[in-house]
Amino acid sequence: MAATYGYKRTVVGAHYGWRDFVVQRITAVLIALFTLLLLVKVLFIQGPIGYDSWAGIFAPQWMKALTFSVIVALIWHAWVGVCSILYDYAKPAGFRLFLQSLSAVWLVSCGGWAIQVLWRL
Amino acid sequence: MTEPVKIKRPEFRNLNLFSDVRTYRMPPAAIVSILHRASGVLMLALLPFIIWMFDTSLSSEYSFARFTAVFAGQGVFPGWFIKLVALALIWAFLHHLGAGMRHLVLDVTHRTTKEFGRSSAIATFVFSLVLTALLGAKLFGLY
Repeated sequence: MAATYGYKRTVVGAHYGWRDFVVQRITAVLIALFTLLLLVKVLFIQGPIGYDSWAGIFAPQWMKALTFSVIVALIWHAWVGVCSILYDYAKPAGFRLFLQSLSAVWLVSCGGWAIQVLWRL
Repeated sequence: MTEPVKIKRPEFRNLNLFSDVRTYRMPPAAIVSILHRASGVLMLALLPFIIWMFDTSLSSEYSFARFTAVFAGQGVFPGWFIKLVALALIWAFLHHLGAGMRHLVLDVTHRTTKEFGRSSAIATFVFSLVLTALLGAKLFGLY
């Protein structure tokens, strides 16, 4: 274990994972609450679920704004999650950097697509 | 002079995927934990499919019709296969949600006893598997 004190300490950032820990939980709660909201809205649809009733859920501006936040939260949550998995299994560091770059492109691309879908409704 | 009897015990230093994982008996909490990761990776890998469903189901009435038609079969994939992929995603989401809520409960209550680790892990499985079975039955038109 490298020393985390004194002049020989390893200098890598200042928060030692605290931000990731907090972000992972805040985004998770947001996604869970959004799921619950969506579930309630779907369950309150009367009759068979058609295009109008389904798309109608995302029609109000506040729902669009909230969904936008949830997409960002989801991408951020997935990023923290995939990083913690790669820290454990992907070695050596160069290979991990490669996989992290790939994941970042994957996530940002998917997030962009989802936001585009939402914003043209 | 007698040599002390040396009992050969299995040592698990660096788990080998092929020889150790099959014989290593994991407690429920460990199974919840590894499936938390596996379900996350599954959802990450299938993220384009999830967004494709979001896209086609919302964009227009025509695309909505295409969205529902896919579950009757698409190209080389039969309908049941696509429903199975959707069910795998449903399970992954529910397990990930359950395991995440378990994490939050542990964070807030600090109930880090062995018993609670076990009972909360079993509760997670009951939550995710019962809901997956219910939604799966709905998806395959059993009710």
